[in-house]
Amino acid sequence: MGFLSTILFAIFLVLGFGYFYFNIKKIVRNINLGTAVNRKDNPKARWKNMAMIALGQSKMVKRPVAGILHIIVYAGFIIINIELLEIIIDGLFGTHRIFAFLGTSYNVLIGSFEILAFLVLVSVFTFWIRRNIIRLKRFANKDLTGFPKNDANYILYFEVVLMTLFLLMNASDLHLQNIPGGFSHFIKAGFFPISQFIEPLFNGVSSNLVFILNEMFWWLHIIGILIFMNYLYYSKHLHILLAFPNTYFVDLNPKGQLSNLESVTNEVKLMMDPNANPYATPVVDENAVPSKFGASDIQDLNWVQLMNAYTCTECGRCTSSCPANITGKKLSPRKIMMDTRDRIEEVGKNIDANNGVFVPDNKSLLNDYITPEELWACTSCNACVEECPVNISPLSIIVDLRRYLVMEQSAAPNSLNAMMTNIENNGAPWQYNQQDRLNWKNEI
Amino acid sequence: MSEVLIVPTMAEMLAQGKQPEVLFWVGCSGSFDDRAKKITKAFIRILNRANVSFAVLGTEESCSGDPAKRAGNEFLFQMQAMMNIEVLNAYEVKKIVTACPHCFNTLKNEYPELGGVYEVVHHTEFLKSLLDDGRLTIEGGQFKGKRITFHDPCYLGRANNVYEAPRDLIQKLDAELVEMKRSRANGLCCGAGGAQMFKDAEAGNKEINIERTEDALETQPEIIAAGCPFCNTMMTDGIKNKEKESEVKVLDIAELIANAQDL
Repeated sequence: MGFLSTILFAIFLVLGFGYFYFNIKKIVRNINLGTAVNRKDNPKARWKNMAMIALGQSKMVKRPVAGILHIIVYAGFIIINIELLEIIIDGLFGTHRIFAFLGTSYNVLIGSFEILAFLVLVSVFTFWIRRNIIRLKRFANKDLTGFPKNDANYILYFEVVLMTLFLLMNASDLHLQNIPGGFSHFIKAGFFPISQFIEPLFNGVSSNLVFILNEMFWWLHIIGILIFMNYLYYSKHLHILLAFPNTYFVDLNPKGQLSNLESVTNEVKLMMDPNANPYATPVVDENAVPSKFGASDIQDLNWVQLMNAYTCTECGRCTSSCPANITGKKLSPRKIMMDTRDRIEEVGKNIDANNGVFVPDNKSLLNDYITPEELWACTSCNACVEECPVNISPLSIIVDLRRYLVMEQSAAPNSLNAMMTNIENNGAPWQYNQQDRLNWKNEI
Repeated sequence: MSEVLIVPTMAEMLAQGKQPEVLFWVGCSGSFDDRAKKITKAFIRILNRANVSFAVLGTEESCSGDPAKRAGNEFLFQMQAMMNIEVLNAYEVKKIVTACPHCFNTLKNEYPELGGVYEVVHHTEFLKSLLDDGRLTIEGGQFKGKRITFHDPCYLGRANNVYEAPRDLIQKLDAELVEMKRSRANGLCCGAGGAQMFKDAEAGNKEINIERTEDALETQPEIIAAGCPFCNTMMTDGIKNKEKESEVKVLDIAELIANAQDL
């Protein structure tokens, strides 16, 4: 490879990684639109979660078919990307198969990359069939129409193209290696358990053309990877990166435990304090932002909830296990996450367009994206949280939005208002007198 | 059967200068709901039989605040919680047992931050510990060989990872424990959690309790065992809807054990 191709390669690399970095910074900025929450306690348990759930995929295999296929694609993705290191070095320094000096180890590496690439192709093909021919319920669900549906398929096509290019690159390389007397710099290196079957394709083609094709496959492969990397930001596929922090910063408390709002605690304590002077002038902090109970928009959610939204890969396991959704209600935990992400993106674009300041747009996550009807259908059963392969909690967002509806807008369904009035008046959700609480003792 | 239930209150205990081993938190369902009151009594019969030193709060007990919190009313929840905590702390309560997974979850997980730190156990865990310590012995009796399926309450199972205690108890009855296709961590909600007990369901094509009752009926059980007064109501309604009440009974684990002992 000449000087020119080295320069060209470097430019592609800088552009690819540069734009990727630019978008990552945007995601970090958007996630930080959320409120603070401390998730740094107990690092041991957190690292363990990350190792088991993100790296070890322990929750994926709860559904074995999808789980095992996913592990293959995931392993393929990680391991084949080791090859990327060689490609980058070769590209930048004009070398060819720089790691070939590793000898047998190199052969084993290339051989396993090839087998993985083949298995990835098989898995991706199966995934495509599940999505488009069998149409599993969670993929045919109405949450996934338009872009989200196409997005999932684009990713699969991308994988097919990249893996095919990788195998074609090796096949043409092998063909040139096998030319009696050698061809240019194509040394004998690597072991090609899969592409050896593709190699005969080049029989009868002139060596020079095979060489050009080989160059082309090599270039398309690396450019494809750079495009794929930059597509991540626009797709549901960010989970390949965010699954790791997402499983690290997960809520470690028992699933049944909801947070106690601190702002409420302060008020309730004051209310119950017999020594509090109701006529005292409250200490007013001029700069304090008036606190809002619950959440109506993404800025009221905490940053982990926002990261959850970017991490969601729309697999729909949550929705397929949601009792409300199973029985035909509008609530879909997956849609809660997709809506949250869409709203974050909208707010982010608003900030970009207004020199870094959010200009109110008369819209909010609540009502414009997520309706009260969806929220009130939730039984808080935690099935969605249990199902999520990367520990996203749609429930925590549902509860925060309900809090806003009830505490800021008194907009609970009437029957719930009646229940709450009963608790307030007589300490039970039904209209029974607290003084009658022990009557059962004497009833026959 | 003339029954004499011994149900001391914390106030009576205090007057006698005694501190019970455990406080039985009855809960609103257990106090007022006709079906749940039977569960309360069954559990007390077992406590009496095992000579457990316990007491209830009686008229000093108030809603734990769970339905208010799940509905989004944090104010009401925290007011209830702090009032209850004042009472519990005044009696220097250390250990609480309750037959309601909702109270169990709230008292165990959400009270500590507000100043109420207790050892909280579900009645199935407590009964299991009585058996393990040899304070209670049970034999199969009338449930020997019966097909029993257990419906996991969300707030006991997924929410707090208690799956085995109720199952161990069923097996102690020499019954045939049959699992539904969705069980343990994959269990389907009965439809009552998250304050749904107190409202109508949103528009859909089915009630959740019917879906869950169908899960249970698939196992062809003679008894559906529950561990939560809300689940009990929902499953009982489901069985009625399917017109199976003559063939399938819905019973709480405490009732199974009390009945097996002819208590």
